Amino acid sequence: MIEPTFKMEASEELVHPGHLACQGCGATIAMRYVLKALGKKTVVVIPACCWSIIVGLFPSSCLDVPLIHTAFETAAAAATGVRAALDVQGQEDVNVLAWAGDGGTFDIGFQALSGAAERNENIIYCCYDNEAYMNTGIQRSSATPVGAWTTTTPQGGLEDRPKKDIVRIMAAHSIPYTATANVAFPDDLYQKIKKASSYKGMKFIHILSPCPTGWRIPSSESIEVARLATLSNVFPLYEVENGSKWRVTYVPPKKVPVEKYLESQARFRLMSEEEKRRIQKSVDRYWKELLGRAEGGSKK
Amino acid sequence: MKKVLMGNFAASHGVRLSRAQVISAYPITPQTHVVEELSAMVARGDLNAKFIKVESEHSALACCIAASVMGARAFTATSSHGLLLMHELLHWAAGGRLPIVMVAVNRAIAPGWNIWNEQTDTLSQRDTGWIQLYCASNQEILDTVIQAFKLAESVKIPVMVIYDAFILSHTYEPVDIPDQKVVDGFLPPINNPEALKVGEARAFGSVTNPDFHMEFRLKLHDTYERAMETFREIDAEYADLTGRSYGIVEPYRCDDAELIMVTAGSLAGPTRMVVDGLRAKGIEAGRVKLKMFRPFPVEALKEALKPAKKILVLDRNLSPGTGGIFAQELRVALKEDKRPVWGFVAGLGGRDITPELIESMFFDALGAETPVSNTIFKGVRL
Repeated sequence: MIEPTFKMEASEELVHPGHLACQGCGATIAMRYVLKALGKKTVVVIPACCWSIIVGLFPSSCLDVPLIHTAFETAAAAATGVRAALDVQGQEDVNVLAWAGDGGTFDIGFQALSGAAERNENIIYCCYDNEAYMNTGIQRSSATPVGAWTTTTPQGGLEDRPKKDIVRIMAAHSIPYTATANVAFPDDLYQKIKKASSYKGMKFIHILSPCPTGWRIPSSESIEVARLATLSNVFPLYEVENGSKWRVTYVPPKKVPVEKYLESQARFRLMSEEEKRRIQKSVDRYWKELLGRAEGGSKK
Repeated sequence: MKKVLMGNFAASHGVRLSRAQVISAYPITPQTHVVEELSAMVARGDLNAKFIKVESEHSALACCIAASVMGARAFTATSSHGLLLMHELLHWAAGGRLPIVMVAVNRAIAPGWNIWNEQTDTLSQRDTGWIQLYCASNQEILDTVIQAFKLAESVKIPVMVIYDAFILSHTYEPVDIPDQKVVDGFLPPINNPEALKVGEARAFGSVTNPDFHMEFRLKLHDTYERAMETFREIDAEYADLTGRSYGIVEPYRCDDAELIMVTAGSLAGPTRMVVDGLRAKGIEAGRVKLKMFRPFPVEALKEALKPAKKILVLDRNLSPGTGGIFAQELRVALKEDKRPVWGFVAGLGGRDITPELIESMFFDALGAETPVSNTIFKGVRL
């Protein structure tokens, strides 16, 4: 199991109260943990996403670090520019954090992201994934899982198209560090961000961040639902070093059926039993493949 | 030191002498030499900059914007489709009051694919908030790049330095390269007190609701008006150091001219030649070269055009259905004026504009009281 490595109260608080997130917002919790790990010597770049709003309207900001808002598709390119400026100014030790949603990462910002990864820019790119365009009102992105209701998939998800496997795509760029994380597993998340900041070059962290509004769950169940995602292997926790060394960082103690995860959220209400069985199969297959790719570590 | 340089290399030397710190660019003909030469300068150690080879022009400008927010002197170069891809970020740069300098080499826009000269690409970006300076020689390109950094950093508005594809970009001319010491005296290291600093909890580009947005735009607008005067001062200071200045508009033999042609960019050369030829024939012709297009120098143009009875505009660009863009802007500026304005459109997609063709425009205006139509296409097969 994951050993607790940080005390929430003792670590530096760089996300302050007064932000504009919805109740139970996973993305806000994610930023809090990530900045606790990175510390004050960080510059944050945020493209259009929920966090453009969450952080506060002019002239307010809930972050205790410098922040650059940038165009939707430019998080990785803007982070590149920040890195370049810091380097020419002799501030190589400062973390540059690109902080984008799934739309800005999987879809519109993907070209710039791939470019930055290919150049191995010395930045940390975090995608907080709430599995749809939540800021504009729950429209489907290519991170939306099969069968999920959104306002643009009123009959449920597209037929049998799996969610884009962003981590494998990023790992295929052979960057120093790629990982998944989940706000329901703060120690794992914290350790991964710490690890990421110790590497020079491109780091990509994919963070599952529940959205009570879009997932159709009570805001008090945000963490519980996110935990089920990992316990059911729908969202496994793992890391990839240099695109080749795979390691599962958390193995659920006992298998939770995918159905339990799906039934925890009203967005999956339109799914048939047959579809749920199909998803269980594909989750099992993916987990098996993942264990196959992983070496050593805590895999069974 | 004098060297024979193509226009694109003149731009690179301007950037080197200006000590740009972050350069981010993507290749596109006819701009490519600018960044090739800058890459070589960085590799040789002649320029201490970060050169980032991004995957698109959109990312090139996004990268420059972020670097500029952090207080670095940033530069990019592009043309045509690359400039159009940057369109969204052109607004970001100007709205963010970032002193970025860009070289834009004028090239036509597809379809069909056309790499040759036309000014529609930069002129269609006129409402983005960038200052636009058009150049007529390779010497002017080098000098204008250096002036542009000083202007951008003085008024906190990004500046586009613009010149014609091939006619200047790929053509060799003797260029005087100022000493680094002279340029350093003219252009001190960038110091933007508004830049974000590590450790400070400040944000760039936050959501502005209707209570704030309009004031930001008003400030940009007001500063824009002042930018013209600031450029005059910068141009005069540069003249003291190098003996060269270009002005906002450059009138040629206009003092007693009855017909004056307004144009921009490399057309300044052949139009001057045609004016000389017409003068030899006893025709009182003059020419005004427009260097600054944004902000649009209404008063300077009015002054230069004072003697004219008839005004001609030569546009190497087209706003379809409206006509030449310089003509359109000039007509608005002269709205109280009763003098006829001939709007000629020629040379689109790199078609030659010969002295004979320019001369025929003057004869058109000589032989009529008013133009036959608002927009007259010249050198076109009908």
